[in-house]
Amino acid sequence: MVRVTHLIEQARSKQPSRLVGVGATLWPMVLAVAVGLLMYLLVGPAIGQFQSKILLVIGINIILAVSLTVVNGFTGQFSMGHAAFMAIGGYVAAGVVYYGSLKLFGDMNFAGGRLSHVGAADFVGPLIGKGDFLFLAATLAGGLFAALAGWVVGLPSLRLRGDYLAIVTLGFGEIVRVLLQGTQSQIQPWEAASLGKDAPVWKLPLMLGGPQGFNLLPTYTTLYWVWLWVVLTLVVVYRLKNSSEGRAFLSVREDEIAAQAMGVNVTSYKVRAFTLASFFAGVAGALFAMDIGAINPTDGGFQRSFDIIIMVVLGGLGSISGAVVAAIVITLLPEVLRDLAQYRLILYALALILMMILRPQGLFGVREVWDLALFKKIFRRGGDA
Amino acid sequence: MTQFLQTLTDGLTVGALYALIALGYTMVYGILKFINFAHSDVFALGVHLSIVIASILGIKALGDTGTPPWYMGALVLVLAMLACGAIGFLVERLAYKPLRSAPRLNVLITAIGVSLLFQNAGQLPWAFGVSPRAWPTLLPDGELFSIAGVKFRLVHAVVLATAIALMLALQYLIFKTKLGSAMRAVSFNTRTAALMGINVNGIISFTFVVGSMLAAAGGFLYGVYYGGQMKQTADSMWVMLGLKAFVAAVVGGIGNVRGAVLGGIMIGLIEFFGVQYVSDQYRDAYVFAILILVLLFKPEGVFGKATVEKV
Amino acid sequence: MIAAPETAQAGAALLDVRGISISFGGLKAVQNFSLALPKGGLYGLIGPNGAGKTTCFNLLTGVYRPSEGAISLDGVPLVGRKPYEIAEAGLSRTFQNIRLFGELSVLDNARLGAHVRGRHSFFSTVCRTAFYRGQEAAIRERAIELLAIFKLDNRLQEQAKNLPYGDQRRLEMARALATEPKVLLLDEPAAGMNPQEKKELAQTIRGIRDRFGLTILLIEHDMGLVMDICERITVLDYGQIIAHGAPSEIQKNPKVIEAYLGAE
Repeated sequence: MVRVTHLIEQARSKQPSRLVGVGATLWPMVLAVAVGLLMYLLVGPAIGQFQSKILLVIGINIILAVSLTVVNGFTGQFSMGHAAFMAIGGYVAAGVVYYGSLKLFGDMNFAGGRLSHVGAADFVGPLIGKGDFLFLAATLAGGLFAALAGWVVGLPSLRLRGDYLAIVTLGFGEIVRVLLQGTQSQIQPWEAASLGKDAPVWKLPLMLGGPQGFNLLPTYTTLYWVWLWVVLTLVVVYRLKNSSEGRAFLSVREDEIAAQAMGVNVTSYKVRAFTLASFFAGVAGALFAMDIGAINPTDGGFQRSFDIIIMVVLGGLGSISGAVVAAIVITLLPEVLRDLAQYRLILYALALILMMILRPQGLFGVREVWDLALFKKIFRRGGDA
Repeated sequence: MTQFLQTLTDGLTVGALYALIALGYTMVYGILKFINFAHSDVFALGVHLSIVIASILGIKALGDTGTPPWYMGALVLVLAMLACGAIGFLVERLAYKPLRSAPRLNVLITAIGVSLLFQNAGQLPWAFGVSPRAWPTLLPDGELFSIAGVKFRLVHAVVLATAIALMLALQYLIFKTKLGSAMRAVSFNTRTAALMGINVNGIISFTFVVGSMLAAAGGFLYGVYYGGQMKQTADSMWVMLGLKAFVAAVVGGIGNVRGAVLGGIMIGLIEFFGVQYVSDQYRDAYVFAILILVLLFKPEGVFGKATVEKV
Repeated sequence: MIAAPETAQAGAALLDVRGISISFGGLKAVQNFSLALPKGGLYGLIGPNGAGKTTCFNLLTGVYRPSEGAISLDGVPLVGRKPYEIAEAGLSRTFQNIRLFGELSVLDNARLGAHVRGRHSFFSTVCRTAFYRGQEAAIRERAIELLAIFKLDNRLQEQAKNLPYGDQRRLEMARALATEPKVLLLDEPAAGMNPQEKKELAQTIRGIRDRFGLTILLIEHDMGLVMDICERITVLDYGQIIAHGAPSEIQKNPKVIEAYLGAE
């Protein structure tokens, strides 16, 4: 078929130097490290310990909300089990770090460098320690396992539409919770020398703490790691949205039948959306578990999934910057509205209902903050002056 | 054998409860084509409102002497049904009606909002609070009879009889009355029904009211059956219960009223036999495994029929 | 810019439909429908409302699967393939009840059409490789080129749902063309257009046929337009072909007149 090669050939003729591609691949990584360092070394110490903690939670919520945007916003599927993927990632990462430390270093203690140490000022030691590599590997493993689970959950979307899929994802989340509750109790840190030494490696993945949760994990998550992943998540999702592939995702949301007729393999894109979103949810779970130092089966339950849904819906299903803004606001709100704690969720509920009636596209719709008329006006005026 | 029959009795009774809730899901889906996610919360409201109504009527929790006369229980049931019916009416008018022509996803999100609202408003101190509340004693906990060691308690009889009576009443309403044929017409084709002079909005409201009343009845019977402490409205157990009922509706072919009844009983039996003969630990997982299997291999439900989207 | 496709073997029909049928419940929506569309042909499909015309399109594009019969495009069998595979094979369409991606811009709608002809990977998209950049530029250029044909290139950023009705129909055609079809199926392209617009549309349809070496099958209710541009016309009634021939023959065919005006 002559014409198929034709677009490709035309593409080749317009192709810039390979260096442009290499540069485009590398700069986000540099930026991610830079933002991470900035947050960890400057912003964190400047705003104090309590505020740093909030900044860290904001980062994790941004990763969760932006990744869910891929499924619920771009492809228009409705996942109500995002927290389950987070829990999967968290448990996998926790297992890798906890038992990895046991098998590699002999105990479950923290073995990271300065970048992974909460409260940087009084830390004596190298910038990066041996434990950091384990933590990074654990984060990736958490992401990959969650992605695998996302792929499996995405498969029913072959046959299901809309609200049915929503219920299936909800059910999946509950199954994950039940299965995690069914795991055996963990080897405690003080049992490292006795039980831990002899425990066969294949048995370790089953010893995740059961209903009590997986506790006493070494904590590696700092502002550095969280914001590094925030930047990577944002770059990946933003680039995806503004690409030919991204348009294919959006076309699935807009009209599946038309998308199919235009040659978009709708099923494949839905599954891809689930897989990608789950990867980042898994990463967020890893960061979450190693921040708290514990993870519970209920962390994957639908209560938490709903929190993420609220962020995505209020941000405007499909808007990346909207999800970021909503994640920030919704993380900060409980801190601001301390006295109104019991009314917080009621307010969210009312906000969801009113939003659907008055402004169903969310605060920003699919558009980004910088596409809004108001923003453009201010920006243009600034430019003219 | 005794074990088997006991499990059968319990499974049937709880299955009848699921069926009552499943009817609400299926009726709303039949007419509006969306999953009323807040339905399980109406069920939880039914439980808690029954407690409140009972205490207003002066019925005390377990431990006090004696049980009230039988008609007090019936009165609590009727009042709880009326209260939930009114709530269902309001929810439909205020939250769902403005979205009549909106995409289904928006309606689903609204339903989630309504669900969150009920769960959290129910937790407020002036509502039902955050601590569990004791179910009042409405029935003497007697054993009616036992065959071959199988205990058939009074609560079994009351729950089954009430559930069956309500389902028969619903069957009569839907298939034998004018109102019922209007409901079926709206479900079949809203626009044509409107052209035939049917008050579509009225019918939709009515459907919500009936569904909510059945959920309230389900809540009441749940309290009667299990007794003891009732968890707060935001507890995940209500959502789980609602989901099981939803699975029942899907298994029965969503939109199919008779299917929902059969689906409910099926789910009740599967759950109890699964717990009894396989393992208790994965109680909730069985139901979802069934849901996923049914949706994958027979998405129109065991008793439903397939539909084709018009292009 | 866009080259003409390879020429099919002389004599053989590019789109060859043989005896396809489908029923819904008891209703035989399409029965034994056959059509041989030669390369470069511009054929029409007409019939009273409910005659099964759109169902034919849905059968050709894989939305429904025919219960019997065969369809082949350039020698490639299509029955049993998924709609997106059929689009990939070179059959594109517009919809009677416009199905644009409403929230997306005019440009994005057209660019989405070109997606199927590109080579994509997650890696190249996320890393913005040199090839990816070249391809995005090529897709954009093609999309704008096509939008210019339909005079839509001055409103690239407008949301498709905000376009006037006639422009939406034109955008659907541009989007379908962006998939680089061998055969284009147009479902009532002139619906809702005024006489002047219809005249321009007729020219545009001929124009794209000649420019891209397209083969076109169109459903249309406007007899003037059909008789004007179609080389051959097939008439459906109650799911069955009742006539097939040149416009002049169709106009005189008593069966067709009966189908449209009713028996005397």
